[in-house]
Amino acid sequence: MQVSLAVATTHLRSRLRATLVSLGGVILGVAFFLAVSSLMRGSERDFLKRLIDNNPHITVYDEYRLPEPQPAQLRWSDGAVHVSHVKPRAEPRGIRAYPEKLAFIESFRGIRVAPVLTDSAVLLFAGHQQAVSVSGIVPAKMKTVTTLEEKIVEGSLDALAADSNGIVLGVGLAQTFHLHLGSTVSIVTGAGTNHALRVVGLFRTGNASYDEEQTFVLLKRAQALLEHPNRVNRFVIQLDDATSARNVAAQIESAIGYKSVSWIEASEDILSLLLVRNIIMYSVVSAILVVASFGIYNTLSTIVIEKTRDIAILKSMGFQARDVRTIFLLEGLIIGCMGSAAGLAVGAVLMRLLANVALRPPGVTEIVHLPVWWGPEQFALAAAFALCSCLAAAYLPAQRASRVHPVDILRGAT
Amino acid sequence: MSTVLRAQHVTRRLSGDVPVTLVEDVSMQVESGEFVCIMGPSGSGKSSLLYLLGLLDMPDEGRVLLGEEDTSRFGEKELAARRLERLGYVFQYHFLLAEFSVRENVALPMRRLGRLSAAQCVDRADSLLDQLGVADQAAKRPHQLSGGQRQRVAIARALANDPLLILADEPTGNLDSASSANVRQILRDLTHAMQKSVVAVTHDAAFAAVADRCIEIVDGRIRVSAT
Repeated sequence: MQVSLAVATTHLRSRLRATLVSLGGVILGVAFFLAVSSLMRGSERDFLKRLIDNNPHITVYDEYRLPEPQPAQLRWSDGAVHVSHVKPRAEPRGIRAYPEKLAFIESFRGIRVAPVLTDSAVLLFAGHQQAVSVSGIVPAKMKTVTTLEEKIVEGSLDALAADSNGIVLGVGLAQTFHLHLGSTVSIVTGAGTNHALRVVGLFRTGNASYDEEQTFVLLKRAQALLEHPNRVNRFVIQLDDATSARNVAAQIESAIGYKSVSWIEASEDILSLLLVRNIIMYSVVSAILVVASFGIYNTLSTIVIEKTRDIAILKSMGFQARDVRTIFLLEGLIIGCMGSAAGLAVGAVLMRLLANVALRPPGVTEIVHLPVWWGPEQFALAAAFALCSCLAAAYLPAQRASRVHPVDILRGAT
Repeated sequence: MSTVLRAQHVTRRLSGDVPVTLVEDVSMQVESGEFVCIMGPSGSGKSSLLYLLGLLDMPDEGRVLLGEEDTSRFGEKELAARRLERLGYVFQYHFLLAEFSVRENVALPMRRLGRLSAAQCVDRADSLLDQLGVADQAAKRPHQLSGGQRQRVAIARALANDPLLILADEPTGNLDSASSANVRQILRDLTHAMQKSVVAVTHDAAFAAVADRCIEIVDGRIRVSAT
């Protein structure tokens, strides 16, 4: 191997300019691969973090995925029984015996859960009216499962806990109605109940429609307004490990029967979109390295042509085809290793520059920085792809060199 | 004396639109410490025979025995191993690797064989260069040497792994008369002093004077074998 390495390095030095051009291609390829992919992965992680942080990891609804099995289906489970037009059981909406189910879910390790009763209502103030979603919550539990507390810009969830007639609104809704902390608004529910509530908190999530439509009241107040005493219609669950949401949701659903939707299931379309985006991104950045590998192929092919006589001499000395192939693969590997090392360094500099870029998107008050991800896997992936490209580019010239028949060359040598 | 190499009814043809017979039914042997000279007109098949004897090419018929080993059953790996360990080549155009120093060129076969450490390879290379009178050129590149010096370096390289047999293809074909005489004498000395066998293909009639045996080959066949 040492001899092959010595010959390989000598070959590369003999065509220094072409080697440097090839090396430059790999360096740029790796650097751009790293910078672009880290930016894309950074934005993806940032997006997923927001998705996970701002939404429940699991939501348990007062619904069933499948209709209740009918007696005939149970009796002849192996038979060809089809029961159609099954009428849903007439019962009030909501999760039955929710305190027991809540206690069961709370018994899971690494889980936090809050009961919520959500329905539609109409908000009335000074002649204005607007349809809103009203959610009845237990503030102490809600704090553990959402970032609502962090989004409150005026007032607090504690103020809501202390005021049974309190309501927390989005800033957008407050602006529409010209409301401020301490204002009183009327709310009319589908059950026909009309009640005056006092604004005790204002939140801003950055999501305009949410800020204009969502309201929070105490759970007991919501149950009274919506005439669903002792009922909730969903559990909002947060996990220590958000990635286990799908499995935990399945366990909960199989245990209590109610439809449990993980954030992964709820965001399948977005996750698919991110996957497609990643495929496109990696295809584009990989293309840079593929182009760079053509440079290596060109350099090594030229060396093979120029060094055909030397290859014949090496073989006449006793070098095997495998040795000759190793020499040229090593040449590709040397360019790949050097190009990767330098490319990663240049890429890190590019990433640092990108991370320092400050943007202020239209309509947004806070300055945002480009989300660059510094994960080591990204560096490893860029280097591994570069090495694979370089070895692939070296393979054909190496094969050609290994097939040189010394007699053919020696016969024609002058 | 033991037999180093034997060719038995060796034939080599080139296929194509017009098949060409390069070597036809050649049988010969080389004894230990013997200097055999193969002569003949251009295109007579001298070099082709040398490539067959040197395991660079394989005969279509017949067989070549290296010592007692029948090489006709060998694959590429075994042939390369035998070339590395037991044979040394000297070509008309020195064929030294231009980017390597003289010392590195001589050390290369030893490093490939891997029996000596890097330092030992260098020591042996220096020793061989010293024996051939080019020790002072060890650090130079081949292009900085004269034709005669290059050929002496090529002989040193051929001797690197202490082979049984040196195969030389027109070793003086590109040299002036003084250098030719020097190379002839070196090859002659190899057989006497180092008990190496030498097979040299040449047009140079002066080789007949130093060789133990001359074989004349015409149209791929041995015409005369004289001592």
